[in-house]
Amino acid sequence: MNLPSITVSQLNTYVKKLFDTDLMFASVIISGEISNYSPHYKTGHLYFTLKDASSSLKAVMFAGQARRLRFQPENGMHVFAMGRVSVFERDGVYQLYVNELIPDGEGALTAAFRQLKQRLEEKGLFDPAHKKALPAYPKKIGIITSPGSAALQDMLNILGRRYPLAEIVLAGVTVQGQTAPLEMIGALRAFNERTDVDVLILGRGGGSAEDLWCFNDEGLAWAVYESHIPVISAVGHETDFTICDFVSDVRAPTPSAAAELAVPDAADLLRRIKTLSDGLNTAYMQKINAVRSQLRMLFAQRDFSDPGRFFVPDKLKIESLRLQLAAQTEKTMQQKRLQLEKNVTALEKLNPLRVLLRGYAMVETDAGVVQSVDALHIGETVWISLHDGSLTAQIREIKRRENDGPTHL
Amino acid sequence: MVQRTYEQAEKRLEEIVNELQKGGKTLDESVKLFEEGALLSDFCLQALKNAEQKITRLGETNADEAQV
Repeated sequence: MNLPSITVSQLNTYVKKLFDTDLMFASVIISGEISNYSPHYKTGHLYFTLKDASSSLKAVMFAGQARRLRFQPENGMHVFAMGRVSVFERDGVYQLYVNELIPDGEGALTAAFRQLKQRLEEKGLFDPAHKKALPAYPKKIGIITSPGSAALQDMLNILGRRYPLAEIVLAGVTVQGQTAPLEMIGALRAFNERTDVDVLILGRGGGSAEDLWCFNDEGLAWAVYESHIPVISAVGHETDFTICDFVSDVRAPTPSAAAELAVPDAADLLRRIKTLSDGLNTAYMQKINAVRSQLRMLFAQRDFSDPGRFFVPDKLKIESLRLQLAAQTEKTMQQKRLQLEKNVTALEKLNPLRVLLRGYAMVETDAGVVQSVDALHIGETVWISLHDGSLTAQIREIKRRENDGPTHL
Repeated sequence: MVQRTYEQAEKRLEEIVNELQKGGKTLDESVKLFEEGALLSDFCLQALKNAEQKITRLGETNADEAQV
């Protein structure tokens, strides 16, 4: 048979030419779901099928473009695939040559983030058991951030105000862009070669998701995981979450918050020292007082060992005896006083002057009071006392009473 | 006093206060503890009041003060 014919290759070449000259095929955006995803581990090309409910389309993304992807395509993922439609001559199939893939529903970054997070989580990088405690009183704090940034200044201000005892060791790095992860990894490793730094703060101030993207680097995540120094991540604002936040030992919502987490507050410490100091004084004074009262007791005991101690136990008895003595003395004194008064009264009655008052006279000589006429001679001088004076007289006559009976006055 | 960190000083001060509060010490021991405690609390207060933040750059020796 010699029918006019063309070869398979000729047909495929012709078809390919038709496709390639059609501007419609030069740049298309296809929406579909990825299936049969099979990256070629040697070349890095990605092969997959895009499908919708009723139809499917072969697609390939060469390594050059695939490397720029920030997320990992996966089966079942809805994507927009941009590229050109052409024919693969060898197999006689047409397919989509993809330049760029955009996840549908979530952003490329979001997808990448989700995937990396899941992968690292499966490998145990976020395991709470692996997380290290922060030192209560750090001596040296390593800060890995952009030098001259507001975030750094904020951290230095807070650290200086709260706990100036801690020395700061600063590692200036770029915190966005392609080189950032490697610089940060280098700083982490350099700090880990030292033995004097006991906590690290890794972070930067706020920015767009793109700006913060370098903190989602897998290599950086491993470097944080492998750090034997505790790492506080402090990336962006409170609402920003990065892989770094999950793998770090402590996540701070902001750089300022990281500085507060890293150190105690000197004001609290001052209060604490004052409390301890008060406690010290009180406990000491208690001891001194205890010793003092012990001494007093000892002194008291020494009195007991004295011979005189036998009187001491019955102090009450002594006291009562003393009171009795006083009462007795008082009583005796009283009796004496009464006796004295009686005597004085009696004495008073015997006072010769009282007799003279009644008109009697007392006659005396040198020999004393004259009681009998027999004691006198004629011409003798006598003294006569009356109640208001005395007289001197000479005896002229003596008459003796004959009946010597009782004297009647 | 031997060179010690703030943390060590505070910890020791706390121990001393606890020891004294527990009691059972001789007067001599109490006096020694009190004197040590008083020195420690002075040290801590001075450290907190007089400390000045020191900043160096990674890779520099500690003597070089960084300009930030």
